[in-house]
Amino acid sequence: MPSKTHVTATINGEEVEFLCEPHQSLLEVLRETLGLMGAKEGCNNGNCGSCNVILEGRLVNSCLVLAVEIQGKSVTTIEGIATPEGLHPLQQKFIEHAALQCGYCTPGFIVAAKALLDQNPNPSEHEVREWLAGNLCRCTGYDRIVKAVLDAADS
Amino acid sequence: MQSFDYATPKSAEEVATLLAGKNGEAQILAGGTDLLVQLREGRRQAKLVIDIKNIPELTQVTFDPQNGLRIGAAASCFQICSDPNVRQHYPGLVDAVRLIGGVQIQNRASVGGNLCNASPAADSIPALIVHEAVCHITGSNETRTLPVEEFCMAPGKNAMRPGEFLTSIGVPVPQGNFGASYLRFIPRSEMDIAVVGAGASVVLNAEGKQFVSARIALGAVAPTPLLASDAGAFLAGKAVTRENVREAAHRAQAIAQPITDLRGTAEHRRHLCAVLVERAVGKAIERAGGQYAQ
Amino acid sequence: MATLDKPSEYKVIGTSPLRHDGVDKVTGRAAYGADIRLPGMLYGAVLRSPHAHARIISMDTSEAEKLHGVHAVITAKDFPDLESRIVELGEGLVNRKYQSNNILARDKVLYFGHAVAAVAATSLHIAKEALDLIRVEYEALDPVMDVRKAMEAGSPILLDDLRTDEFGKKGETPTNIAGHYKDACGDIEKGFKEAKFIVEREFVTKMVHQGYIEPQNATAQYNPDGQVAIWCSTQGAFGVREQVAEILEIPISNIRVIPMEIGGGFGGKIGVYLEPLAALLSRKSGYRPVKLTMDRSEVLAATGPTSGSYIKVKMGADANGKITAAEALLIYEAGAYPGSPVGAGMGVIFAPYRIENGVIEGYDVVVNKPRTAAYRAPGGTNAAFAAETVMDELAEKLGMDPIEFRLLNGAQEGDRRVDGSAYKRIGYLETLEAAKESAHYKTPLSGPHTGRGVASGFWFNYGGKSSASVSVNKDGTVSLLEGSVDIGGTRTSLAMQLAETLGIPAEDVRPVVADTDSIGYTEGTYGSRTTFATGWAVYETARDLIEKLKERAAILWEVEKDKVTFESGVFSSGDKTLTFKELAEKLDETGGPVVASAAVQPKGYGPGFATHIVDVEVDPETGKVQILRYTAVQDVGKAIYPVYVESQIQGGVAQGIGWALNEEYLYDEQGRLLNTSLLDYRMPVALDLPMIDTILVEVANPGHPYGVRGVGEVPIVPPPAAIANAIYRAIGVRMTELPMSPARVVEALIHKP
Repeated sequence: MPSKTHVTATINGEEVEFLCEPHQSLLEVLRETLGLMGAKEGCNNGNCGSCNVILEGRLVNSCLVLAVEIQGKSVTTIEGIATPEGLHPLQQKFIEHAALQCGYCTPGFIVAAKALLDQNPNPSEHEVREWLAGNLCRCTGYDRIVKAVLDAADS
Repeated sequence: MQSFDYATPKSAEEVATLLAGKNGEAQILAGGTDLLVQLREGRRQAKLVIDIKNIPELTQVTFDPQNGLRIGAAASCFQICSDPNVRQHYPGLVDAVRLIGGVQIQNRASVGGNLCNASPAADSIPALIVHEAVCHITGSNETRTLPVEEFCMAPGKNAMRPGEFLTSIGVPVPQGNFGASYLRFIPRSEMDIAVVGAGASVVLNAEGKQFVSARIALGAVAPTPLLASDAGAFLAGKAVTRENVREAAHRAQAIAQPITDLRGTAEHRRHLCAVLVERAVGKAIERAGGQYAQ
Repeated sequence: MATLDKPSEYKVIGTSPLRHDGVDKVTGRAAYGADIRLPGMLYGAVLRSPHAHARIISMDTSEAEKLHGVHAVITAKDFPDLESRIVELGEGLVNRKYQSNNILARDKVLYFGHAVAAVAATSLHIAKEALDLIRVEYEALDPVMDVRKAMEAGSPILLDDLRTDEFGKKGETPTNIAGHYKDACGDIEKGFKEAKFIVEREFVTKMVHQGYIEPQNATAQYNPDGQVAIWCSTQGAFGVREQVAEILEIPISNIRVIPMEIGGGFGGKIGVYLEPLAALLSRKSGYRPVKLTMDRSEVLAATGPTSGSYIKVKMGADANGKITAAEALLIYEAGAYPGSPVGAGMGVIFAPYRIENGVIEGYDVVVNKPRTAAYRAPGGTNAAFAAETVMDELAEKLGMDPIEFRLLNGAQEGDRRVDGSAYKRIGYLETLEAAKESAHYKTPLSGPHTGRGVASGFWFNYGGKSSASVSVNKDGTVSLLEGSVDIGGTRTSLAMQLAETLGIPAEDVRPVVADTDSIGYTEGTYGSRTTFATGWAVYETARDLIEKLKERAAILWEVEKDKVTFESGVFSSGDKTLTFKELAEKLDETGGPVVASAAVQPKGYGPGFATHIVDVEVDPETGKVQILRYTAVQDVGKAIYPVYVESQIQGGVAQGIGWALNEEYLYDEQGRLLNTSLLDYRMPVALDLPMIDTILVEVANPGHPYGVRGVGEVPIVPPPAAIANAIYRAIGVRMTELPMSPARVVEALIHKP
């Protein structure tokens, strides 16, 4: 068995150290090693977006990143979206608009939507739909998710 | 996933050394969007994974008006699409690269990886072909250059020999009244692999009424992406008419050898070849400032 | 969302409070099954068949057992060898032997991905390595992939002991036909003689999956005293308890099932797959907890998708547009073991209409595909696709508007279905009227290759057993324990019914989904039953609580209990009044805590009807269909929590659109599933869909104190038919095969008559 690699990274604004094997995905290490259970596994090959995190300011599927790759880098997960003052506007709008049913895809959608609004504060409906096309939701038909993101952009 | 070692070399020479030492049991990691899935599913094996993203020359996108564009093998789709020079000069490439996966994939996947993965359905390859792109390949003691249309050998198999790796992709500066485009057909509007892909580039005369030259390429209709030389050659010197473009589309369709698989039927693919080539050439004409003669 | 304007007699019902579990779910804190971690936990993995149909000659697990880190390996030999017996498990009757064999194959594997062994190890990595060390010798058999071929004499037989259930009697020869059913009314020949127009068509639909985003998972901890705790993602914890008890032959009292948050189910998480394996692995590995999770390819290949089908429909109408006869043949894929929803399909197929002369015949047929499970209105979408397409064609022949044609023939109170069951108050005609008057239907559609389609749908809905219990807190809030897993906002739809009855705000209720040792028996969240039946349990609980609180008020006021009245959250007697909250503060002075509970099994569930309108644009060169506009009209009974009612409808429509256009199981000739990823099993993405408009028609169900009808299932029934009808208007071809993928549309255009 290969020896474990020591990785130092910034996760949700805090410096974190962990040991991992090179084959472990970032998703696996977030969940199994660091106990950050908000990123979900839906497909484990980049097709559903449930494991979305923001890596160095860019949206990625954490199932398609090796944990060793984040050495020296910064990662934001769903656990880092709310502030000490309260929920992020996206989180608030998701609740208000009933933009979730089972909630399993929700962390991935909120992280993806945050990455969108960070770079495009006023997206059109089409831009929201295009951006969120890498995130699957099977409960809502997306209608309320799109509305929540548009409303969060307005507020 | 299978166990492997992980290396982060700082130079291309180091990559060559690592590859030479592993005797074909190493895999290059750029964005990982294909490689990690394939390793997980056992479709590729690796004792060593070599992450090339820490090597500046392999991750940069540079442009100069003489030599054209140089895309580092590990440069991400997002990086390529947001480069102002790429956006200005390489419209077909932009079309294709923007289609590779959703945002999450765009931020990781590289065009170099898309090429090395040698999927018949890879979106970037027909676009690179119509832009006359070449592959810069490095081995332990030599470097060589290969036109993109000669790079893919079979599904998942490229022309690189053991110990070689792709360092960059070179794309010449378009000349004259140039336009290019890439279109693909997918059943959904995102998150799909091309059922058929079609790239086209045209150079029109000063009036925009005649083709000086044209290149047409197809994806997902043969074991490798295809350059439809005959279809492109047919257009050279011809008037910019819908009939001529249709004829070129039929010539392109004639070289397709589509199969039926989970992503499409052979019949549908053959049919789509003509439809997409006609549309792709039409778009390229428009971008070159031309329009169909009435 | 539009609702019919009507002043509400309610204070809480019909409003939109924030869901109680909202913050947990938007912050990543909600704990789903795979989020469980227990001390000393092992990780399991399952070995699956590469063959669609094969006999297991031998299995050797010795090398896997020797691998460092492996703690247990199990095969079917570790399961009790069960005799055939039909038992009630979860939703419907199943043969427990077949269910056991589905979870772990014993003599034969019957589909690609069929489980044959399972391993527990210190890491998932090691568990998967161990799978590679298990040697299984198979004798490959010819796979049977098509229902009509499976029915032919001489077809390879899947189950040696299967005999046809022929109208309730068992056949005598081995067969792949598990069941043959028939309903009839009137005189079918006379009916067709009276018809001026007759349309007859055949339809084919493919196997599709529920597509919940959370893969199946189960974690079990066996104790040396025989007690086992199971944490899992299920639609019904009590159903899991029963199934595990039957399969492992252990008493239900030894099993505690803790339902975790569930990431979607749609019917696919009623039956168990991993739970018995996790329990047995835990026992065999020295009582260490074992977690099993499926990956996506396992979910697609080896859980329970819904049936593909072959359906033939023949309908006739007279010159005035009255339907004179309706005939249907439905053949459904059961998958590897009996149990397709063909019976439900038979019930749905002509349900919206008054049929005086009808014959409906159905077959349940086993094929080498995964054993089908429920999927939202199981069997209904296939059936409606066929019948509603024929209805559209009849309307066309009659020169009638498709909604007018349906209004003329629509079922209402007192009408009977072909199977004889009579309707109580239903709202089908109201959905048609609302559709006709909708802004969508009144707006002309223009543009090349565009078309508008209409289709209706029906679903039975269900009642079943539910329990609830409440306790009053000192601050005037109420804790609600209930056994219905919350898949889409039912904590709140239940809390709202409690709050309405108690006259308190919904926010003052703390709803908790309890485990099987903490709440009375409650059936799963299926059959569109939770807001109806558990809602009723909650209502009864509230009434019980009010009576108990009246006693407390009577003590305080020193009056007889019957002198205390309760209305809108206020207890009063003469000039004395106490709000619910004020009384809650005084419980200690009147005898201490107050709790109440109720268990119900209501029968008055009311069926749901829907009428959908869709506009499409077809690219005739590529065959691609774009949904331009969609309006779903539905009789929802009373909408308790309207935003989530609307969301249920939108989600059902989206699944229906996926089924209509792109979703299907693709098998190769050897019966291997080709599309085992979400890249190639093409569910709609956000960019594929428009906003989905809804019109909620509220025809209260007389069988529920608050008028609740189930709402979750019927919205998936009309979409494929509505879209097929729209495609016809757009390009003039009748699509009779699902999905109406671009390749099939182009093919149909090429062969256009």
